[in-house]
Amino acid sequence: MTESILQDRTGRNTADRVQAGLKRRYAAERRFRIYGLISILTAMGFLAALLTSIAGNGYGAFLQTHVRLDILFSKADLDPGGTGDPAVLRQGDYDALIKDALAHRFPDVTSRADKRKLNGMISASAGFDLAQMVADEPEIVGTTQRIWLPATGDIDVFVKGNVSEKVPETERRIKDVEIGWVKALQSTGDLELKFNTRFFTSGDSRNPEVAGIWGAVVGSLFTLIITLALAFPLGVMAAVYLEEFAPKNRWTDLVEVNINNLAAVPSIVFGLLGLAVFLNFFHLPRSAPLVGGMVLALITLPTIIIASRAALKAVPPSIREAALGVGASRMQTVTHHVLPLAMPGMLTGTIIGMAHALGETAPLLMIGMVAFIVDIPTSPLDPATVLPVQVYLWADSAERAFVERTSAAILVLIAFLICMNLLAIILRKRFERRW
Amino acid sequence: MQLTVLIGVLLLLTWAGFAIGRQRAHAVSGRNSRNLHSLPAYYGYYVMVWCGIPAFLTVLLWLVLESSIITSLVVSALPPDAQSLPPSRLSLLLNDVRNLAAGGATSATASPEVQAAAEHYRSLKATSFAAMAVVCVTLLIAGIAFGRRYIHPQLRARNLVERTIMVFLIAASTIAVLTTIGIVLSLIFEAMRFFRMVSPIEFLFGLEWSPQIAMRADQVASAGSFGAVPIFAGTALISAIAMLVAVPIGLLSAIYMAEYAAPRFRAVAKPVLEILAGIPTVVYGFFAALVVAPFLRDGGHSIGLTISSESALAAGLVMGIMIIPFVSSLSDDVITAVPRSMREGSYGLGATQSETIRRVVLPAALPGIVGSVLLAVSRAIGETMIVVMAAGLTARLTANPFEAVTTVTVQIVTLLVGDQEFDSPKTLAAFALGLVLFIITLGLNVIALRVVQKYREKYD
Repeated sequence: MTESILQDRTGRNTADRVQAGLKRRYAAERRFRIYGLISILTAMGFLAALLTSIAGNGYGAFLQTHVRLDILFSKADLDPGGTGDPAVLRQGDYDALIKDALAHRFPDVTSRADKRKLNGMISASAGFDLAQMVADEPEIVGTTQRIWLPATGDIDVFVKGNVSEKVPETERRIKDVEIGWVKALQSTGDLELKFNTRFFTSGDSRNPEVAGIWGAVVGSLFTLIITLALAFPLGVMAAVYLEEFAPKNRWTDLVEVNINNLAAVPSIVFGLLGLAVFLNFFHLPRSAPLVGGMVLALITLPTIIIASRAALKAVPPSIREAALGVGASRMQTVTHHVLPLAMPGMLTGTIIGMAHALGETAPLLMIGMVAFIVDIPTSPLDPATVLPVQVYLWADSAERAFVERTSAAILVLIAFLICMNLLAIILRKRFERRW
Repeated sequence: MQLTVLIGVLLLLTWAGFAIGRQRAHAVSGRNSRNLHSLPAYYGYYVMVWCGIPAFLTVLLWLVLESSIITSLVVSALPPDAQSLPPSRLSLLLNDVRNLAAGGATSATASPEVQAAAEHYRSLKATSFAAMAVVCVTLLIAGIAFGRRYIHPQLRARNLVERTIMVFLIAASTIAVLTTIGIVLSLIFEAMRFFRMVSPIEFLFGLEWSPQIAMRADQVASAGSFGAVPIFAGTALISAIAMLVAVPIGLLSAIYMAEYAAPRFRAVAKPVLEILAGIPTVVYGFFAALVVAPFLRDGGHSIGLTISSESALAAGLVMGIMIIPFVSSLSDDVITAVPRSMREGSYGLGATQSETIRRVVLPAALPGIVGSVLLAVSRAIGETMIVVMAAGLTARLTANPFEAVTTVTVQIVTLLVGDQEFDSPKTLAAFALGLVLFIITLGLNVIALRVVQKYREKYD
């Protein structure tokens, strides 16, 4: 009887049949495991490729090629009347000073085309620097100063070794004669890579060598402050109502479904909302951090509400019952006991929402925060741009030197994100309570 | 600046209202708070409700209405020939007036009428601010006096204050609904204007997309055509490539993480995958345009394929990388939610671990996995920056992943960035595309939630 069950038609019993298939099954098991491992490693590999390519491209932007020149602030050119009047000094032709200094340094350059190339080695914005120096210290007029001036982007790219001399001359932007000058300057120590403070302190510019991220950082800051000021109180209030007070009815169900759906709406649609409602209907200023902050607040609101509700849910009912038992009203129970206990969780959710808002780009394009803005914004109503949009703007520029700056701006953006996420993690670890 | 000062003054007065209210409560209770219905502070809050809310609501309302009222007043004071200008010219003129009033430069040297209007504008603005300040401060002080008069020991101050707070809580919770209504209304309203110029049939089924509207009548290709099928096809192509990358990698990672990985490996791998989700999409877009697209183009070139440098493949591939963590973390959750007993039952019958996963765990977790994939698809369709930076602009109806295609989001961005006129179909088309995008992502989201809810196995 038992044998007839255990044996099949060929006379093998079950144990044999299992044995026969075992090798194949174990091989399948190993393969399956390896597929899983490979896919995780692939994902990690992508991340590593992304980060290394950006870091590799971007670290160079923290250094900038500078050229040292003996600039003669000639009294005859800048201040012919000898009055020392700041208005007269401001009118001076400072670019001519640089041209003179270069001509003095390389006296054998005579042809017009070569002269233009030679003058093109120094950033077009260097004249403003000299004007600023004179405005700060009028005494230097009439003297000769050794000054480090930023070189143009093309020279900078060459000095950092991103353009090879072996490429045929017609295919590179920097020509042999310019390379000769660079080498001559290098040999006397008049051309150096210096730390690029300007990148962190100035606004956007058409010239990559003087373009900085400070304007975008300030814009991001204003935008995030507005977002936080709107989204955090509204999110917490909505969460408190829905979690602690709301009766279970059609309306609250609708609100809940709504919040979940809003969390999945593409951010660009919020941008369209901002454009149609805030700009066209309420006539708020275009490109302003105020409007950007309002749009981002609507985007982060669902995240904050969902996180805050989770934090409120985690507070055990015994706390509420104890408070109610000693005579607190429901509102007092919530504001005095439940909210303080849930606050770390709410803050964690809010910081993560803010980190998302910091990286958000598409909705801000819709409300015009893509303008080319040189000035550093001073209030949330000034036109401004934000860090990720600055990345987008620079990424569009064809010049090689901007690739480097784009990557560096990304590094700064990622550094901010890492800080915010670390803060969230610390907050969670520090105040997490198990009941 | 002035406004900041005013708000500061109002806040200070409100705080004074609180102090006065509490003081009054002390006084009427005969210095014995036991005689009071509520704690003394609640009487302070009660006065704050009376004085602060009306004043700040007035400020808000004033700021919202001020600009349109002043503008209409300025327009009505303009000379009649300026008033009869077409709306677009008039708005340019008003811009000049505003700039001049703010002390900025104007587009042209200002004519005397504009200067007079600017002067008028400035004086109206000053009057309006002064009026606002007076009205608000009066309201506030009246509120304090009013609230103070009502205070007596039997006043149920706490209940009144709590009821007011409740109104604010309810208002906050309706913001989400208002946002949805705002999105739907603004999209539908602008899309309706578009459909008055271009028929919906042409939009939804037309095969030709070239939204350029001629500036002059004799220009080549002057008539814009708004057939959105190539855009939808491009979106579908890029999303499909993204899902081909994300679903296998995400799902297998989730399975490995939930079933095989040692706790230490998991502790490293899970945060690393989450970093992928936290990187801003503009970074992915830059990566796609700078690294992946040239890499694919050169790689294709060396094996004899022509791959466009804005190929759908590059954008889709990078988008897939971005979506991996969405698939993996959601799937991980549903896989770990399958109870141990089911796995152990399967092991007890002699199944290997991978057989258990494929025959027992995955079928049990399938609804959740399908839901997470649908959510990932909706994310892929709505993703903007990667495709804006790495995909093309020309609408081409093709299934070849090596060619450049365009997507709904790319078109919305290109149509709306830069100068806009809100009466041209070119601008309004972006809203019609936005409406389609909203409906599709909403639909996917609703279906995903339904799938998860309806087919979820209950194990307890």
